[in-house]
Amino acid sequence: MAESSQPAVRDLRRGRAVEGVRAYGLIAGMWIRSTMAYRTSFALTTFGNFAMTALDFVAILLMFSRVDALGGWSLPEVAFLYGLSGVAFGLADLSVGSMERLGRRVRDGTLDTLLVRPVPVLAQVAADRFALRRLGRVTQGLLVLGYALVVVDVDWTAGKLLLMPVMLLSGAGIFCAVFVAAAAFQFVAQDASEVANAFTYGGTTMLQYPPAVFALDLVRGATFVVPLAFVNWLPASYVLGRPYPLDLPGWVAFTPPLVAVACCALAGLAWRAGLRSYRSTGS
Amino acid sequence: MGAGSGRLYVAVAAGGFRRYATYRAATAAGVFTNTVFGLILVYTYLALWDEKPQLGGYDQAQAVTFVWLGQALLAALAIGGGGFEDELMERIRTGDVAVDLYRPADLQLWWLAADVGRALFQLLGRGAVPFVFGSLFFPVALPREVSVWAAFLVTLMLAMLVGFALRYLVALSAFWLLDGTGVTQMAWLAGLFCSGMLLPLNVFPGVLGEVVRALPWSSLLQAPADVLLGEADPLGTYLFQASWAVALLALGRLVQSAATRRVVVQGG
Repeated sequence: MAESSQPAVRDLRRGRAVEGVRAYGLIAGMWIRSTMAYRTSFALTTFGNFAMTALDFVAILLMFSRVDALGGWSLPEVAFLYGLSGVAFGLADLSVGSMERLGRRVRDGTLDTLLVRPVPVLAQVAADRFALRRLGRVTQGLLVLGYALVVVDVDWTAGKLLLMPVMLLSGAGIFCAVFVAAAAFQFVAQDASEVANAFTYGGTTMLQYPPAVFALDLVRGATFVVPLAFVNWLPASYVLGRPYPLDLPGWVAFTPPLVAVACCALAGLAWRAGLRSYRSTGS
Repeated sequence: MGAGSGRLYVAVAAGGFRRYATYRAATAAGVFTNTVFGLILVYTYLALWDEKPQLGGYDQAQAVTFVWLGQALLAALAIGGGGFEDELMERIRTGDVAVDLYRPADLQLWWLAADVGRALFQLLGRGAVPFVFGSLFFPVALPREVSVWAAFLVTLMLAMLVGFALRYLVALSAFWLLDGTGVTQMAWLAGLFCSGMLLPLNVFPGVLGEVVRALPWSSLLQAPADVLLGEADPLGTYLFQASWAVALLALGRLVQSAATRRVVVQGG
C-alpha cells in the first residue's frame, strides 16, 4: 500500500506545481491586461521604477567622480557587481515582489478569499497585482551590466561566459527565496513587512559594493546566514580574478545554482509553516 | 488665529502622533530596516573616505554621523515618501476633500498639524534608535555644547516645514491630474537625490553641487546635518530654510485657492 501510494503522491505534487505555474500565468496575465488599459500611466510608472533604481548608480558615479577606486575595486568592476545584483533582484522583484502585500491581506482578512479557491495560495499571492512596471528595474540593471561588460577588463573563457546566465538566474532564485521567506514571516508579524526590505532592497544595495568594503561579520552573515554572496560576490570574484571574500575555496563560484535550489526549498517550507499557522481575522 | 483654533491644531497634531504610535510592529520593523541600511551606507562611506580623507570637508566621523542622521530623518521628513500626501491625494480624487473644505479649519494648517504630529512620532519612535545605535558602535562627531544641539533642533523644525510645504504642493497636483502616482514618484526622486540621502551634497562635484545646495531639498538633511556637525552658521541656515518654507507655503496657498475654485461637489 505504502509503495503504491508514493508515486501517486509525487504525481499529485507535480500536478499541484503545474497547476500553480498555470494559475500564476493566468493571474499575472490578467493584471498585465488591466495595467495596459492605462498605457500612459504604465509608461510613467515603468520609467519611475527605472529612474528610482538608477539613482543608486548615479550615487556610485558621483562617488567615482571624486575617487578612482572603492575598497580597491574600479568603476567597471563595481558596475559589474551592480549590474549582476540589479538584474537578479529585478527578476525576483518582477516575479514575486508583490508578496510583500501579504501582511495587508492577513490584516484585512482578504487572504481568506484566496484560501477557498482551488489554486495554490503561493501562486495567487505571488501573482497578485503583478506589476509589469518592475521591468524598469530589470532594464536599468541590464543597461549597467551591459556597460560593465563593455568596459571591464576580463579574459573571457567559455566557463566565464557560461557562468553569466547561470549567475543571473541563480541570483534571481536566491532573491525569490528571500521574498517568499519574508512573506511567510508576515503570517506571524502582520504589519512588519518592512523587515523584508532590509534583506531584499538592503541586500541588493549591499551587493552593489565590493565585499572588502564591509565588516567581516556582515560578509559572513551575507554568505552563511542569508546567502546573498552567491548572487554576485563569489561568482563575480571568479570572473574578475579577484580574491574570494572570507578566503573561500575556488569551486564555490560554481555553487550558486545549488544554493538557489536549497534556498527555495527552505523558503517553501517556511511558507507552508506560515500558511498552516494562519488564523483568519474572523471578521 | 485665536486660542481656540490653536487648540484645535494642537489636537490634530496629537492625533497624528497617536495614529502612528499605534503601529508598533511596523515601527519596530522600520527601526530594524533603517539600522540595516545605515550599516550598509556607513561601510561604503568609510571606504569612500578611506580613499579620500576630508572629502567634501568632512572627516570620517562626520561622514558617519551624516549617515545615521539621514536614517533618523528619512521617515520623519518623509524624504522617500510616506507622509500625509497619499491620503490627501486620495481625498482629492474621491471628492472627500469637499468635506474638508467645509470644516471650520484651514486646509493647509490642518494637514500641517497632522504631518507635524506624524513627523514627531517618526523622529522619536523610528529615528532615534538607529541614531543611538550608530553613535554607540561607530566613531561619530557629536557636539558637546547644548547650544549646538538647540540650534540643530531649530533647523529640524524648519526642515519639517519645508518638507511639508513641498509635499503639500505634490498632493495638490491631484486636483489637476487625479492620478498623482507620477508626480509622487518624481517628488521622491528629487527628495532622495537633492536632500543628501544618497550622498552628502558637499561631495557633489562642481556646479551640480552648487545647484543642489541651493534647492529647497537641501533644507531637509544637509542643512540640519551641517549645523549639527559645526560646518554651517546656524543663523544663515535658519534664513535659508525659513525663506524656502515661507516661499513654498505661500505657493501652496496660491495653488490651494486656485484648486478649490475648481472643486465641483457631485451629487444631489
